[in-house]
Amino acid sequence: MAAMRVEEMLAAAEEQEAEKRRSITVEKELELEFDLGNLLALDRNPPPAAGLRGAGPRREALLRALARDNTQLLVARLWELPAERAGGAGGPLVARLPEPAFRLPREKPPPRPRPPTRWEQFARLKGIRRRKRTSLVWDEQAKEWRRRWGYRRAGGDPARAWLAEVPENADPEEDQFARLRREKRERVARNELNRLRNLARAHRAGTAVPAAPLHPTGHQSREELGRVARVARVSTASLGRFQPRLPKEPAEPPSRSGGKKRRFEPLLGNLAAERSRQLDLLRDMGSKKPVLDITRAVNKQLRQEEAEAAAAKGKKQSQRGKRGRRQQRAGR
Amino acid sequence: MRPLTEAETRAVFEKLQRYIGENIQLLVDRPDGTYCFRLHRDRVYYLSEKLLKVAACVPRESLTALGTCFGKFTKTQKFRLSVTALDFLAPYAKYKVWVKPGSEQSFLYGNHVLKSGLGRITENTAQYQGVVVYSMADVPLGFGVAAKSTQECRKVDPMAIVVFHQADVGEYVRSEDALT
Repeated sequence: MAAMRVEEMLAAAEEQEAEKRRSITVEKELELEFDLGNLLALDRNPPPAAGLRGAGPRREALLRALARDNTQLLVARLWELPAERAGGAGGPLVARLPEPAFRLPREKPPPRPRPPTRWEQFARLKGIRRRKRTSLVWDEQAKEWRRRWGYRRAGGDPARAWLAEVPENADPEEDQFARLRREKRERVARNELNRLRNLARAHRAGTAVPAAPLHPTGHQSREELGRVARVARVSTASLGRFQPRLPKEPAEPPSRSGGKKRRFEPLLGNLAAERSRQLDLLRDMGSKKPVLDITRAVNKQLRQEEAEAAAAKGKKQSQRGKRGRRQQRAGR
Repeated sequence: MRPLTEAETRAVFEKLQRYIGENIQLLVDRPDGTYCFRLHRDRVYYLSEKLLKVAACVPRESLTALGTCFGKFTKTQKFRLSVTALDFLAPYAKYKVWVKPGSEQSFLYGNHVLKSGLGRITENTAQYQGVVVYSMADVPLGFGVAAKSTQECRKVDPMAIVVFHQADVGEYVRSEDALT
């Protein structure tokens, strides 16, 4: 009998071990293709066609089993990757994923090219091509190669130019240095103006310009700013759910119609649902109240002290009463 | 007429909680029928489902009032409780104040309750707690806010205010046309 029992126990234990091992081994006809960089597993095995026809619990069970098996294989592959502990000895075990091989398709359409600037249009018209310039120029005076512009440029430091020739047709009283400075300032300003004009043109031309959603400087309408702020808020990984609100932003998300029409519950809607909602609201409101009410605690303490004081006074009076009267009589 | 939004319901419940605490549940969830709150022209009404169904047939411009008016929302969306809610506050009140017969009339004319007119007050009343004011014969006269806690009431001088007046039944006569 004892031997039979032991045999039974051993058989049961072995059965359990086999069961455990079965749950982590998966048999597949065709091997899966893995792209561990994207955590992707491609299963090219044909699915059991008969089982998947029609909706139902059997189909669900089949699909779930299929998903479970494939996930098991993927996880087994992940465990084979080189792993390390993140954040020191006690941190979690982290696997180092290889580079992703599978190219995911674009989520949004590619950006449209910006319209050509005025110079680009003119150059195309005239057939002017861009010449590649050398970055270094031979400086005759310093007898070495110097850069074309910038620090230690060829041609000497313009700030230390001590001579400015008066051109032939210029006024002899005019300050040449001031003229040079003024002309440089004008050139810079004109350049900047043209750059902004190009940007504005690009902005105006494209309706959904991804390159410049907001007009570069000034001329930003209130609606545009609001729209861009809203888009920026939603452009986080959690779609703006945990973004802190700006100081004057409203707490509720603004409605889709832009705040023109308010929508309410129907007048004679589901009254039971309304009641349950109100009860939930009451519960929420009640739970937020602090369990310890400071004023009540203080009042309780005061009352206790008063009661003690009153009791002590009463005792003293009763004691003094008898003795006092005797003392008084004795004193007299 | 429409149901209250979430924010409006919260405002109303917070106000009611100051006077009746967690007994609001008894108003919301009643065993003898389904009662609800509806908003009509900035006033909050409390009525049964039966009455609501009948009132829904009345055109909006002709409808003056329905059920019991609990109060109104001011221009800046603050909720103000009115004396017509007293019938529902009095039986569920947590903190009560009884007023001596001599100063009943003073309270009913809209004055605050002084220490000299104070008959009884519930123990553990905190300062600025919502209270319901009764006469010595346990007739509800109105409601207000306690200016002093029960402890302080004992020590303060007789001319000090102990209950700020908020609403009293005398308003039924005084501001007859303002009540709906």
